Amino acid sequence: MAYKIGRDTLATPSCPSVLATAAVGSGKEGDGPLGKEFDLIEADSRFGEQTWEKAESRMQELACKIALGKANRKMSDMDFIFAGDLLNQCIASAYGARSSGVPFIGLYGACSTFAEAVALAAVFVDGGAGKNMLAVASSHFCSAERQYRFPLEYGGQRPPTAQWTATAAGAAIVSGERKAPFVQAVCFGRIQDLGISDQNNMGAAMAPAAASTIKTFLEDTGTKPEDYELILTGDLGKVGSDLLEQLLQKDGIDIMERHQDCGLLLYDREKQQVESGASGCGCAASVASCHLFPHMEKGEGPKSALVIATGALLSPTSIQQGETIPGVAHLVCFTAEERRLF
Amino acid sequence: MEYVRAFLIGGILCAIGQVFIDRTKLTPARILVGNVVTGVFLSAIGIYEPFAKYAGAGATVPLTGFGHLLAKGVKEGVAEKGLLGIFSGGLTASSAGIAASILFGMAIALLFQPKDK
Repeated sequence: MAYKIGRDTLATPSCPSVLATAAVGSGKEGDGPLGKEFDLIEADSRFGEQTWEKAESRMQELACKIALGKANRKMSDMDFIFAGDLLNQCIASAYGARSSGVPFIGLYGACSTFAEAVALAAVFVDGGAGKNMLAVASSHFCSAERQYRFPLEYGGQRPPTAQWTATAAGAAIVSGERKAPFVQAVCFGRIQDLGISDQNNMGAAMAPAAASTIKTFLEDTGTKPEDYELILTGDLGKVGSDLLEQLLQKDGIDIMERHQDCGLLLYDREKQQVESGASGCGCAASVASCHLFPHMEKGEGPKSALVIATGALLSPTSIQQGETIPGVAHLVCFTAEERRLF
Repeated sequence: MEYVRAFLIGGILCAIGQVFIDRTKLTPARILVGNVVTGVFLSAIGIYEPFAKYAGAGATVPLTGFGHLLAKGVKEGVAEKGLLGIFSGGLTASSAGIAASILFGMAIALLFQPKDK
């Protein structure tokens, strides 16, 4: 049963397992450095659907289906679905799970959603609420443009510094089975807002949240960055990643050598002309699902990893009203070995 | 020579817009509105009319030209109808452009679907 250590960290002593994962993406993701690791790349970013929103739901369905196939499970074996996306009222997830017949827990954590979903699923498994949970998150460039900027029909120009919303979905089955990687602990972040109001600078808005959650987790568990082979943040991008490293350095925490960022891994920033990197729920979800977890499962990846997905909790309305951007970061601690850490 | 002038001046006006997109935090919509207001202002102080004569379509096609048209229309409206022209003149002068943009906008929306970028 999960129990609290320190201020905010929840240890999961039964070490729930990430049984299987799947990542689905589109053309731009396929052309990126991780293209070959995706389970499915569909060149048609409409995924055969009429609207971008339906396409995003379809991506979630496909990611779940592939993950279930890999785990040799049926949808009806799932006890709960934890799902989230970036759209109003979380419709990509609701419509994606419409035909699942599984109890649905809709989440909104902006780009932190995948870590939030996996963390909740792990706590549920650890607490005995069920044996198998599905955690899924998605984003679609075209639906996100409509949601946060302008519909593509408008033909507006994007500022070149804006992060590129990934057209991708990631799904993970968290279960009580004994298969790597294992969840050791989770840490839900507190909201941080240092007064950034520029929507095109979300990395800077989220970095303080990531720094706060990492610091809290290390203090709670009495561990150091050196105890983890990889510290993988969600989608801070270049500016946000540098800022995070600086913020932690001020507190005497050096993560430089082991820090990577999903937003900088997904695309080739020079060749694909996405200077600031990728963002969106689908970014951390797909990078963790196609890159980190499968490598840890095979024993090729890091032996221990902290995944910290960050979310900028803004809405178009709050930005128009001149509000600053609250950031949040949720952390999940994974190990390749079942040995209990906390 | 007229074409060259129109091309260069129109290009410069658009390049200014690009600089605003790249270098400032202004949204495209605000930049566009700014262009219209600038056109109105330059027209009101009598600069845009000679500028439009010199640059032709290079000055009238970009959005500043729309502002100029609004201002010019108001002047004409006031001369014709008195104070009521303040309200009717601008839209009267620009009615062809507005109606055409609505019509073509609708036609394009019906004919085409947007693609991913």
